[in-house]
Amino acid sequence: MLYRTSGQFKTTYESDQALFPVKQDALLLGVILLAAYVVFPLTASEFTFKALLVPVLIYSLAAMGLNILTGYAGQLSLGTAGFMGVGAYACYKLTTIFPEMNVVVALALSGFFSAAVGVAFGLPSLRIKGFYLAIATLASQFFLVWLFEKWAWLYNYNASGAIEVRTMEFFGIVITGPTATPVTQYYFVLAVVTIIAFAMINLTRGRYGRMWKAVRDMDIAAELVGINLMRAKLTAFAVSSYVVGIAGALLVFFWKGAAEPNLFDIPLSFQILFIAIIGGLGSIIGNFLGAILLVALPVILNVLPDTLGLTINSATMEHVNDMIVGALIITFLIVEPHGLARFWALIREKLIIWPYPH
Amino acid sequence: METLYNILIDPFVQMYEAPDFLMQVLWEGLVSGVLYALIALGFVLIFKSSRIFNFAQGIMVVFAALTLVGLHENGVPAWLAVPLTLGVMYVLAVGIERVVLRPLVGQPDIILFMATIGVTLFLIGFGEFVFGGENKVMITEALGIPTGALEFNPFGGFVLIEEKDLTAVVMAVLLVFALITFLNYSSMGRAIRALGDDHQAALSVGISLSTIWVIVWFIAGVIALATGIVWGARAGVSFALEVIAYKALPVLMLGGLESVSGAIVGGLAIGILEKLFEIYWGQPFLGGNTETWFAFILALIVLLFRPQGLFGERIIERV
Repeated sequence: MLYRTSGQFKTTYESDQALFPVKQDALLLGVILLAAYVVFPLTASEFTFKALLVPVLIYSLAAMGLNILTGYAGQLSLGTAGFMGVGAYACYKLTTIFPEMNVVVALALSGFFSAAVGVAFGLPSLRIKGFYLAIATLASQFFLVWLFEKWAWLYNYNASGAIEVRTMEFFGIVITGPTATPVTQYYFVLAVVTIIAFAMINLTRGRYGRMWKAVRDMDIAAELVGINLMRAKLTAFAVSSYVVGIAGALLVFFWKGAAEPNLFDIPLSFQILFIAIIGGLGSIIGNFLGAILLVALPVILNVLPDTLGLTINSATMEHVNDMIVGALIITFLIVEPHGLARFWALIREKLIIWPYPH
Repeated sequence: METLYNILIDPFVQMYEAPDFLMQVLWEGLVSGVLYALIALGFVLIFKSSRIFNFAQGIMVVFAALTLVGLHENGVPAWLAVPLTLGVMYVLAVGIERVVLRPLVGQPDIILFMATIGVTLFLIGFGEFVFGGENKVMITEALGIPTGALEFNPFGGFVLIEEKDLTAVVMAVLLVFALITFLNYSSMGRAIRALGDDHQAALSVGISLSTIWVIVWFIAGVIALATGIVWGARAGVSFALEVIAYKALPVLMLGGLESVSGAIVGGLAIGILEKLFEIYWGQPFLGGNTETWFAFILALIVLLFRPQGLFGERIIERV
């Protein structure tokens, strides 16, 4: 009833291949965007911004970057956090070397640094496949974190060894640093994520997306039909690292405010990978669903005992949290290995034929 | 020129001039290499028999060691604590096979890999919940491991070999021999290798997949306990031990994912080379702590020339 696609006739190839061939999809997206741009900022508290909304956006952006590489191009990567770090440190250096530079420009440029590093570490993918490649990407993870620690130039020879974000303005509005309000930061992150998500949806629908999918499904066959493997894999690494790098810069500049090298250690890589896999490999919307689940879960688990009137000390809670997240990951993989995005697709199919079973 | 000399020649001059120090470094490297090899063996066994890249191997080491120490702390004597810990590892193996692996049979490799990361997270939480997160001391003496040190004076120098390291090496060698004998000469071992060769063929001649998986995971648990004991005796038992699991990964790349001998050779080579690099190049030129990444970069370079690792099976791909 609500989700009836019949009667929406496509008379041209363009309308059939449009971003939203079904009216209801566009409507749904409109509702989500309205909620994100209008409803949340009006209703959310400062805590919600800091603990839920901004992290969800940043993690989904990082997972989106990883999904380009792992979900679309089929190259398993465990080094996401390292590339996020490159983006963050590049943005930090750019804004300290050129203090006049607009934040947006610095952000966009820092992505290119992580893209370059990503391509360099992606070169082995031309020879190495599968789990061997996954371990090879761990090399970048460990090497980069070590570099962030030892190369004092990167953090401007701070005694603490950490990078701290100073106050910066965007056309007169303070958007980074301790004085920035969460709402402005949220809006900025939201705008960046919206733009990149739109670009990625279109990119994966187009020539490059099809190239990557062909490589993912079987690279030798893809090569035989005339796809340049080197180009496909390296562009996947470049685009993925670009997005991941920007996510890293956002993470430090618009959420944490300061970062030590160990922020970009391997647990972050795994968290991003979890989001991408639980959300669904090879989908864009899945990243958001996965991020919502994995960010909200610990927050809920922390709040839950209080509302139930139980007192559990925070250390125990943390351990139980780990257990529950681990168990949930396994459960999700067993119930739906294709992730939450597939869940949504199934629900949508059911809605279309509702109230009939088939 | 000066820098080139410092980097390319000088370290070797130092090695020549202080052979006793070099021997000490080599010994330290060998001991950590043995441990890397042990962890890598756990990985290889599971990968060979089930194509599962078991990320939880490292946490199984910590978990086994914690269980042992935890039992001993609660008044269980050491001779009873070891078999009890083995019992716990067996229960763990059965549990993982029942709850995690069986429902996921036939899924893509990456899904199974993610599931083992889920197991890792669960075990971290569970271990901390039961045993607490603080660092514990391995019950070295209660287990009868000697703690003294031997001194040697080769070339008029001075080399110190700790007895617990020596025990570790001897124990590892015995374990590896037992394992190789088991794999090569027992019918169960042959079944494991058959399963590694071809799942369907092995199933069709009546080898039970789930039994073998439980056994393989249990063996991995035994190896984990041995590794936990010897590493715990060196560095204490805590969740920081988990990082050594990451060290086993380049060993696997170097040696090949399905080669037992590759895991051993790769482990020893990486243990020794990373120590040499750290002492003679890392600390003077790069600010130290190069051990976190050296093994990975080394393995990466080797893989560029041999994509299946030094001892791995040749990868044949068909369209």
